[in-house]
Order: sequence, then structure tokens, then C-alpha cells
Amino acid sequence: MSLRHTLLAAASAATLAGFAASAQAQTEIEWWHAMGGELGEKVNEIAANFNASQSDYVLKAVYKGNYTETMTAAIAAFRAGQQPEIVQVFEVGTATMMAAEGAIYPVYKLMEDSGVEWNPDAYLPAVVGYYTDTDGNMLSMPFNSSTPVLYYNKKVFEEAGLDPEAAPKTWQEMGEAAKKIIDSGAASCGFTTGWQSWVQIENFSAWHNVPIGTESNGFGGLGTEFEFNSPLHVKHIQQLADWQDEGVFKYGGRRSDSAPLFYSGECAMYMNSSAAYAGVKGNTEFPFGVSMLPYWEGVEGAPQNSIIGGATLWVLAGHDNADYKGVGEFFKYLSSAEVQADWHQFTGYLPITTAAYELSAEQGFYEANPGTDTSIKQMTLNEPTANSKGLRFGNFVQIRDIINEELENVWSGSKTAQEGLDAAVERGNELLRQFEADNS
Amino acid sequence: MYKRVTFRDPLLPYLLVLPQMAITLIFFIWPASQALYQSLLRQDAFGLRTQFVGLENFARLLGDPLYLNSFQVTLVFSLAVTFSGLAFGLLFAVMADRVIKGAATYKTLLIWPYAVAPAIAGVLWWFLFNPTIGILAYLLRSIGYDWNHAVDGTDALILVIVAATWKQVSYNFLFFLAGLQAIPKSLIEAAAIDGAGPARRFWTIVFPLLSPTTFFLLVVNMVYAFFETFGVIHATTSGGPGQATTILVYKVFNDGFIGLDLGSSAAQSVILMAIVITLTMIQFRFIERRVQY
Repeated sequence: MSLRHTLLAAASAATLAGFAASAQAQTEIEWWHAMGGELGEKVNEIAANFNASQSDYVLKAVYKGNYTETMTAAIAAFRAGQQPEIVQVFEVGTATMMAAEGAIYPVYKLMEDSGVEWNPDAYLPAVVGYYTDTDGNMLSMPFNSSTPVLYYNKKVFEEAGLDPEAAPKTWQEMGEAAKKIIDSGAASCGFTTGWQSWVQIENFSAWHNVPIGTESNGFGGLGTEFEFNSPLHVKHIQQLADWQDEGVFKYGGRRSDSAPLFYSGECAMYMNSSAAYAGVKGNTEFPFGVSMLPYWEGVEGAPQNSIIGGATLWVLAGHDNADYKGVGEFFKYLSSAEVQADWHQFTGYLPITTAAYELSAEQGFYEANPGTDTSIKQMTLNEPTANSKGLRFGNFVQIRDIINEELENVWSGSKTAQEGLDAAVERGNELLRQFEADNS
Repeated sequence: MYKRVTFRDPLLPYLLVLPQMAITLIFFIWPASQALYQSLLRQDAFGLRTQFVGLENFARLLGDPLYLNSFQVTLVFSLAVTFSGLAFGLLFAVMADRVIKGAATYKTLLIWPYAVAPAIAGVLWWFLFNPTIGILAYLLRSIGYDWNHAVDGTDALILVIVAATWKQVSYNFLFFLAGLQAIPKSLIEAAAIDGAGPARRFWTIVFPLLSPTTFFLLVVNMVYAFFETFGVIHATTSGGPGQATTILVYKVFNDGFIGLDLGSSAAQSVILMAIVITLTMIQFRFIERRVQY
């Protein structure tokens, strides 16, 4: 045998061995996520537990930066043909993902195709509703969902002579309570808010059962137009702007930049995500309460129900069926009551199944941590309507920036609420038309 | 008289410049032409549907009053950063040049900020000026100024200018110091003997002799202010409040990487590229003439 033959034989033997090995090896599934810090460790723990629970698949959880970075990374990877099986996408990216037919593998279809036992009715409608198509089919797997709630400083309430066990229920009461607090000197500011577009426009609309946009907030089609410059919206935003002069309201910045205002005791009340619970608990030394968002008394249909924020898991197309079967198995595991209840209790995110909520109640979690079930009660207060199912607008990441900008113009006094909201609607509609043109 | 270098093999000189040409082509010309091409397209985020739209992206941009406003913000921002960066760099360099005791310590400390990443620099100043917990905001309040960069656009612009300048002062300082040390002491001494005071010596001798350094730094600082300050803004104001701190390069990033609107983002970078090329040409053409090498 010549040297060449020996080499060939060796090579083919190695190839054969390789085939044999890969036939026995576990199928690898990649999951790109945006959970840093403690949440990231929890995600790793979920992946490790899933891997330990079975031997056919190996789930690799990869942290890819914040929500936008993760989404951008996944899209860039898709364009290069290197996409992961699962990617975590925040709620405002939903319309972009949905429109990408051919790039995504709808979850309901994946579950059907992979033959994994699955019951779509087990999920909380208020959570899943945000991520279904017009026929009610689930497109992505809810993972971490939260809703805005009202946090209030019980110590300040007591000092101001207010009942520390009763937070204001309406915006009228908010104003009165805030004035009482400021007059008594217990705090210099009544309330502040995080994520102003999400809390004061999007959730405000759902909570008062008024539309954010036409076509059922965009669920009905790409031809949607914004409507959040209605008299009610204008009244609300103008009231906030007016309240600024008296110190009732103080703007603390986009996202959660306003948190220090509440932590330091400067503002007595704070509206932000229910998932901020751990942060509030860890950064405050005073007793605090969690309550539902206020509503304007006299508005018909209010309070309705609030909508969610957070992220879901999308499956990207272009992989083998074996991989997708693994994804199906993982989603089934992720939806189990034990995993969900643990995730919910650890993070403050909503449980995605009714079973997980009931399990948490059974375990006494809500009794031990008062206020943690406020979010669920608020989300499920009423059967969601077309105005409170959620929203689905293309280019919404940019549109949120526009809303931020225009609201800031109102807070700084350079525009009235009417002018600011009109401008936001007009600029937002332009981006909606672009999205429509790019996707049809 | 110039000394002419000739190669025996006519191919050799081309071979020698080949690596440089390759680098320029791969890292500059190719991406730039890609941007040029992208700017004529509209595409959904995933690249599934592509449409050739000609100059529509440009037309849309130039018809957008907010985009034009961002030019103005960029101009104010760049001039402020460049001017104050150069002024403070020069001031510190002149002062450090005169220090005798502990000179090395001063110099080291002044150079440190350059090693700080832009985002960190931004966050540092963001903390110092934070309306609720920041010490500088507290001091400002005690003298009667209600600082709030979350609402007030001017405050926000000052914040990002301060942060961006602070980071660049070290770099300017380093070059100015080297420039100062290259000025012959005999010239300054001669002027001193003739009765020129320190200020006069500085403006008539030191400053003109520093002009090559100043010119070089002017170009570098302009480019810095235009392109590299994005990290500072991203980490602090995200372009707000309103669009008070949305400079051109931040908008490129925001529309491209956050909004996934690659066509518009590419068109913006093409415009930005044209601006910087023009600026640099103007600088070399007109200002360089007044520089004494």
C-alpha cells in the first residue's frame, strides 16, 4: 500500500467515525438572549436544568447584549446564514419579526410539526394575546413579560397624613395626594414615571380602553394609523405638564432613569414595570407598596386592563427538523408550571401559564411578598378588548423614540400637549407608511 | 534639490505600495462603496425584500426638518468640543510645561482621561450632573441654577460637550506639550530680554510656532467630534431630550442599528462622509496656508 492509499484510508475511516459520532451526538440548539446579570444566571440555570432533564438535545444559552443588540445580532446573523434557532425579541420588535415571513418559524406551527404535546389554552390570554396572529395562533413563545404598576412610599404617605395602605386609585386622587405630600413637606415631588411611552401612552390607552392606533392597534394590518392625540390623551399629558410646575409630577428621563427619584425619597410615587420590584426592594430603605395604575375617573370603560412589555422567544427558520423538535421540547419544558413559577417568583416577571400562577399562590408566594400579584390582577382585570390586547406597529422602536422626544418637548414647555402629541402622531404615521411600503 | 530614487525593476515600486493599497481598498473603499450602494436601496430588516429607490432616501432626509436640525446641533456640538478641547489642552500644556516639581505626576494625571472609554466618560459625567444624586447638579442648585438635563435641551447639550471635551483634552494636551518642548528656549529668552511679557511672548512666539500642532489637532478634533463622540451620547442622553443632542453620527447609528432602517442610515453616512471630506479639504486648502512649518 502506497502512502497515498494509507492516507486515503485513514481519511475515510475518520470521516466514517465522524458520521457515526454525529449520529449518536446530541443535537445542539442555540438560544440568543438579552438577560444580563442575575437574570442571565437564571437563564443559564434554566438551560442547564433542561439539558439535565433529557439527553437528546443540548441547549446553549448565549448572552448577546441588551434587547436591541440581541435583535440586531440575530438579524445580522440571519442575513449571513448563521442564525440561532431561538432568539429573544422585545415586544416592540414584534411587528418587525412578524413581517419577516420566511425568516421566522411560527411557534404554533413548530409545535404542531414537531409533534410535541402542547396545549395553547394553558397560557394566560392577556400575555399570549400580544403575540398571536389575527386567527389567535401563537407566533412566539412568551418568556419574560411585565406590566407597569404604581410603587409608593409608605413612609411619606404616613408623614403626610395619608393612609399608607391605600394608594390613590384615580388620577384625581393622585393629584390630591401629591399636593398633600408636598404641602406637608414629606417629599418635594409627588410622582415620576419610567418608560413614559409605554406607561403614559400605550398602557394609558389600554387602561382607559381607547385606541393607540386604528386597525385594532395595528393587529388588523399594516395600514394602521396612530390615534394617541385624542382629547383624553391630550388632557392627560397636559395635566402632567401642568403638574410639573407644582412639583406634583417630575420627569426623570427615558427608560428607568427616573428610578433614583423614587429611591432617594424625592418623589413619593413611581410608575414602572412590575419587574422593577427587585430593584425597588433592593434600593429603598423605606417600606413601599405596590398598587394598580391610576385611571381618570369618569372615563367610560376605565379601568380596563393593562398591557405587557418584555420579550418573547422567536424561532428562526433555516435549520433541520431535528433541531426544531428540540426547540419544541424546550418550549414544553419552559412552559411547565414548576419552571414558570420559579422564574416568575425570582424575577417579578409575569407567569405565562395559569398553572404557574396557581402554583405560586399555593406556595404562599403572594402572601409572603405583598404586591407581587398586583401585575397579574391588573392584566387580567377585564377581558381584553381591541384596545387593550396589545399593539403591533412596524418601526415601533423608532416610534417610541419619537414619542419620547415629543413628550420631552412638552415637559420642557416648548410645545403644548396637543402640539407634542400631534407631532408624534404625524411623525409616527410617516414611519408606519415606510414600514408598510418596505413590507408589501 | 530632490534626490531621485529609481528602481531597477519597474514592478517593485508597485509591489511595495500594494499592501497599503490593499488595506485602503478593503477597509476604506469597499465599505464606503457598500454604503453608497445601500443608500440607494430600501430593504426590510431581514433583507428579504430589496427595492431600488434611487435618491429617495436622500430626498426624504433633506425634506425632514428634524434632520436639518440635527445639522445645527452637530455644528454647535463639534465647534464647542473642538474649541474647548483645544483651549483647555493648550492651557494645561502651557501650565504643565512650567511646572518644575512633580511635573511627571501632573502630566500622567492629565493624560489619564484619554484611557477612559467614551461610554464610561459619558456615564461619569452623567452621574456628576444627575439632577437627583449628582454632586455637580447639587452645587449648581445651591447657586440657584436648576440643572435638569432630562428636560432641558441646553443642559443636555452642555453635558455631552463637557464629557466629550474632557475625554479629548488629554490627547490635545499631549501634542501641545510635545510641541511646546520643541520650541527653542533661545527664542523665548531673546524676546524676554527685549522686554516682552509672558502674554506677549506666548501670542507672538509660542502660539505661531505651535501652529502645525494646532492645525493637526484641529483636523483630528473635528473628526473626533463628528464621529467618535457617539459613545458619550449613547451612554448619557440617547440624543434627547427632544432631539437636543442628536448629532448626525448618532442618528446614523440610531436609524441603522436600533431602527434597522439601513437605507436611510446608509444615506446619512454618505452625507456625513461628504461633509467630512469637504471640511478636511477646506482646512487643508485655506487654513494650512497660514500654518508656519
